[in-house]
Amino acid sequence: MTPDTFIKFGIDVLIIVIKIAVVLVIGLLHVAYATYFERKVIGHMQVRLGPMRVGPHGLLQPFADGIKLFFKEDLIPEKADKVVFYLAPVIFMASAMVNLAFIPFSHNFIIADINIGLLFIFAIAGIGVYGIFISGWASNSKYAFIGGLRSSAQVISYEIAMGFSLVGVMIMAGSLNLTEIVRAQENSIFGMYAIPQIVGFVIFVIAAVAETNRTPFDLPEAESELVAGYFVEYTGFRFALFFLGEYIAMFIMASLCTVCFLGGWTLPWYVLKVLPFLQHVPGIVWFLIKVYAFIFFYYWIRATVPRYRYDQLMSIGWKILIPVALANILVTGLVKILL
Amino acid sequence: MILELFFAYFAFAIIVLSIVVITRRNPVHSVLWMLLLFFHIASVYLFLNAEFMAAVQLIVYAGGIMVLFLFVVLLVHIKEEIKISKFIGAWSAGFTFAAALFVVVALSLRSFVVAPPGKYTIELIQQETHTKALGKLLYTEFLFPFEIAALILTVAIVGALVLAKRRLKS
Repeated sequence: MTPDTFIKFGIDVLIIVIKIAVVLVIGLLHVAYATYFERKVIGHMQVRLGPMRVGPHGLLQPFADGIKLFFKEDLIPEKADKVVFYLAPVIFMASAMVNLAFIPFSHNFIIADINIGLLFIFAIAGIGVYGIFISGWASNSKYAFIGGLRSSAQVISYEIAMGFSLVGVMIMAGSLNLTEIVRAQENSIFGMYAIPQIVGFVIFVIAAVAETNRTPFDLPEAESELVAGYFVEYTGFRFALFFLGEYIAMFIMASLCTVCFLGGWTLPWYVLKVLPFLQHVPGIVWFLIKVYAFIFFYYWIRATVPRYRYDQLMSIGWKILIPVALANILVTGLVKILL
Repeated sequence: MILELFFAYFAFAIIVLSIVVITRRNPVHSVLWMLLLFFHIASVYLFLNAEFMAAVQLIVYAGGIMVLFLFVVLLVHIKEEIKISKFIGAWSAGFTFAAALFVVVALSLRSFVVAPPGKYTIELIQQETHTKALGKLLYTEFLFPFEIAALILTVAIVGALVLAKRRLKS
């Protein structure tokens, strides 16, 4: 290798490292304020004020919580499998964060623009189940174990429905590359796949809520019966890792929904035709607005809908969502062939 | 040179990890080592320009099959280990058979013939993307074997269901 190629390689690596740092910092700030807004939004929906004490309107509350968690004592159950116990939150958090690399935030900002981005997101999300599973097992506690079993059964069931709901998008876009999926939507008649793929969209939204263990499908953490579920034995910063991982996973689901169904960083052409000045707004703004809307939807249903029973959850997933998603694939394929 | 070094690492790591997997006493630890093993195998696929295989390796084996394994392992009492008497008592007999098998495999490697290069060169696959090339071949040239594989899997699933239901009734 000549020194020239070395310098080029070095610059490429540097650019990627800077991109990763930017995404990580902004992502973690988003997570911190997602917790704040969750408490605020749900508070106002229940006619309360939510956090008000730290800073104006409680704006510094996430930092107070973070510092508190950082200085808490780190406890390990005596009978726990120590190595696996340490490993579980790391696997959970890492598998959530890796997926940030595949999300196209704007037309020129993506860390890894690979041909099968969508498949890799599924692959890495599948690894996250291990974090949940082995944290429940390694804690050597009944509540954690049952929480871990429930959670992993739920996640692998709804993963199938979610994968099938996205097959319609793959067929319509003809690609697994997330950037190309957005471009295909930009050039389609409706401007976003949420309209022609409405069935897939609804299935995806339901599965995304179940996949991230949120209300009304938060049975793994059902506090009235399981205390806190799989992470009940974790304290201090190890608990914070689970917490962070869950919120990053929510953002990944919201971004995936935005990219695959809501048109990513683009606006539908008919909107641009009516309001042409909007095309000067940078794409990242539209991307973030769509993601925030999805996150707000998470909070909204948490404040509104009561929790399902476990058998109801399983029968919704296996008897309704998966058959409907399969039918959707069939119809989408037929339409694609006939048109 | 760098590619060979990478391959050497992955080949060595895969062998070591496989040995680690089968020598752990605790089945949950075995499963976790196997997860690491799957990542290494997926990396080898990536080196062969087979990114679709790499992703599917992780989705199907790591994300699906191993999780089901873990379910079984967790729900069975691992404290009371199941003791099965050995099929063959003497280790020397087993060693002889294993060595003989190894010699047969090593000898058969000599008659290994490199297949004639087909239509798909590395450049063509990179240009057309691996997913598309694989999909096209599977659904045109190899449609029949593909469907047979699907049928066999369906039979296995139905068979498992029938066995489980029969157990429930009695």
